[in-house]
Amino acid sequence: MIEVEKTTTRNWGKPGSHTLEAYRNSGGYSGLRKALQMSPAQITEEVKKSNLRGRGGAGFYTGMKWNFVPKNSPKPVYLAVNADESEPGTFKDRYILENDPHMLLEGIAIAALALNCHQAYIYTRGEFKKQSAIVNDAIAEAYQSGIFGEKVLGKEHRLDVYQVRGAGAYICGEETALLESLEGKKGWPRLKPPFPAVVGLFGAPTVVNNVETLAALPAILDKGGDWYAALGTAKSGGTRLVCLSGSVNRPGVYEVSMRTTIRELIFDPRLGQGMPPGRSVKAVIPGGSSAPVLSADEIDVALEFEALKEKQTMAGSGGVIIMDDSTCLVRCLWRVARFYAEESCGQCTPCREGTPWQTRILRKIEEGHGSPEDLDILISVASSIAPFPPLGLGNTICALGDAAALPVHSFVTKFRSEFLAHIEQKRCPFGESPWGAYGGGRV
Amino acid sequence: MTDGALSASEREKFDSGLPEILTHYPSDQKAAAMLPALRLLQSIKGWLPPEGLAYVAEKLGVSKERAYEVATFYVMFHTTKPGKYVVDVCTNLSCSLWGAERLLAHLEQRLGIPAGESNERFTLRETECLASCGTAPCLQINEEHYESLTLKRVDEILAKLP
Repeated sequence: MIEVEKTTTRNWGKPGSHTLEAYRNSGGYSGLRKALQMSPAQITEEVKKSNLRGRGGAGFYTGMKWNFVPKNSPKPVYLAVNADESEPGTFKDRYILENDPHMLLEGIAIAALALNCHQAYIYTRGEFKKQSAIVNDAIAEAYQSGIFGEKVLGKEHRLDVYQVRGAGAYICGEETALLESLEGKKGWPRLKPPFPAVVGLFGAPTVVNNVETLAALPAILDKGGDWYAALGTAKSGGTRLVCLSGSVNRPGVYEVSMRTTIRELIFDPRLGQGMPPGRSVKAVIPGGSSAPVLSADEIDVALEFEALKEKQTMAGSGGVIIMDDSTCLVRCLWRVARFYAEESCGQCTPCREGTPWQTRILRKIEEGHGSPEDLDILISVASSIAPFPPLGLGNTICALGDAAALPVHSFVTKFRSEFLAHIEQKRCPFGESPWGAYGGGRV
Repeated sequence: MTDGALSASEREKFDSGLPEILTHYPSDQKAAAMLPALRLLQSIKGWLPPEGLAYVAEKLGVSKERAYEVATFYVMFHTTKPGKYVVDVCTNLSCSLWGAERLLAHLEQRLGIPAGESNERFTLRETECLASCGTAPCLQINEEHYESLTLKRVDEILAKLP
C-alpha cells in the first residue's frame, strides 16, 4: 500500500476535534488567511492547479465548475453545500461533519471568496440529527469569532451560512433536486442546461459542492495547488476517502492514495484486514450502489476516477461494498433495485415505471419463479431506463435512472450463471442464508 | 377539537419559531422555508395533520396543496399520526450484509407489528441507507441513531424507552 499524508482526516479522533479551538490549534484557518490575500481569480487558479475533483459522485473538476459562474452577475451568487449523503455504501461526509466541521466551514469561506458569494446553504440529510447539531455549533463559533458575518476575518466580505436539514429523500443529493428542496419544494430534478452555475438557487448562479470537496480547500490554499495535485495521479489530485463496507473484516472510512487498489483496501492490515475466515471475494461495488459491479478478477484496479472509468464503472462517492463467495448476488441486486424503485422521484416515465418492474422481476427470480426470458425482459427494462455501455447516456432527466439501470446491467452480465442457477433450480441456491459470512449479524 | 387541530399554544410555539427561520432567506422567497417550517411544526405537534399543513402554507403564502405535496414527498415527515416511537431500520445492502434482515424480523416479533405498520407505541419501518454502513446494522428511533447493533443491544435499547 502506498503511504500518503493524511489531509482530510488528520484531526479525526483527537479530543474536541469538532471545536474551533482544536481546529485552530492544528493549524486550521491558515488556508483561509492565505485566500484573504488573493484575488478570486487567484484562488480559483490554485484550485484548478490542484486537480481537485468533486467527491459527491460525478468527479467533475471543481475549479472548472467554479469557472462556469458568470462574472459580474447582476444576481447574487450562491454556494450550496451538498451534505445530503445518501448513496448506499457511502458514509464519509458524516464523519467529516462529526469530527471536523470547521474544515468544511473554512472550505466554504474560501469558496465564497473565490465565487464572490455572500450566502451559503448547507443542505444536510435529515437523518443526520447529531451531525447537523455539531455543524450548527461550529457555524455559531464561526460567527462569534468573525469568520462569518459582516466580515471574513477582517476582510470586507459579508458571508452568511445557514444549514437546512433535508427530510429523507435520496434524490435531493442530485444537485438540481437539492436546489428545488432548498427552495422549499419536492425534490424533482431540473432539466440541464441551464446548469446551476448559470441558473441555480432562486434563479441565480449557484455552485453546488460536496462536503469532502470543500473540506479539501483549506489544505490546497495552505500548501498550494501543486502540492495537492502531487498527492494524486496525473488527472486526479489529492487523497480520497473511501468507505469500506459489506463482507470484510474491518469496515470503515479510510483516507488513501488514489493509487490504492481495491485489493489493497480489502486486504491491507491497516485497512480492511481481509475477508471473513474461509471466504473469498465474489463481487465489489466500487463507488456507491449506483456504480457497476466488479467481479473478483477485476479488483486490482486503483480507486481513482480514470482507472475505474476504464473498467466501465465509476469512483462515484467512494462507497466500496464487498460481497463474499457465500453471498447471493440475485438477492443483493434485488435489494439494490428496490432502493431505486423506492427513491425514484416519479418525474420520468422510464425510471418511475422501470424501477419497480426491475424489482418485481428480480424478486421473482430470487424466489425461484423466474424463467430464462425474465432475464431478457430485465435487461430490456434496464436498457429502456439507461442503455449500457456506455456510461451516462440514459433516458431520464437525472442520473438516478442510470444509477438504477447500471447495477442490473453489470450484475446480470458478469454473474449470469448465478441468475440462471436460480431459474434452473427454481430456488435460491443459497437457501436461508443469502447474505454472506456476516449476514447473520454481529451475534 | 379533532386530533389534528392545532391548539393555541402549538400555534404560538410555531409563530415564535418561524421568524428566525425566515431571516435566512431572501425576503421575496418565504416559501423556500417550507422544509424547516414543516420540521418545526412536526417537532411541536409530533406529526403534520391537514390542519397543520394548512397553517404552515398560510404562514408561507402558498397553497395548502403545495405544503401537502412537499410533506408527502419526504419520508421523515409524518402526514398520518405515527406511534410514540418511530423505528426506522436500514435494510439496504451493507446493513443486510451484516444481519439487518434478522434484526428487522426480531423487531417485528418484539413490537408485534410487521414493518410498515403502527400501533399506539411504535411505528416500524424499513428505511433506506442511513450512511452508517461501516457500523452496520443500524436503526433510528425518533431520529436518534444506533449502530453496530446486535439483537441483545436492540433489546436493551427498547427496554430503556420510557
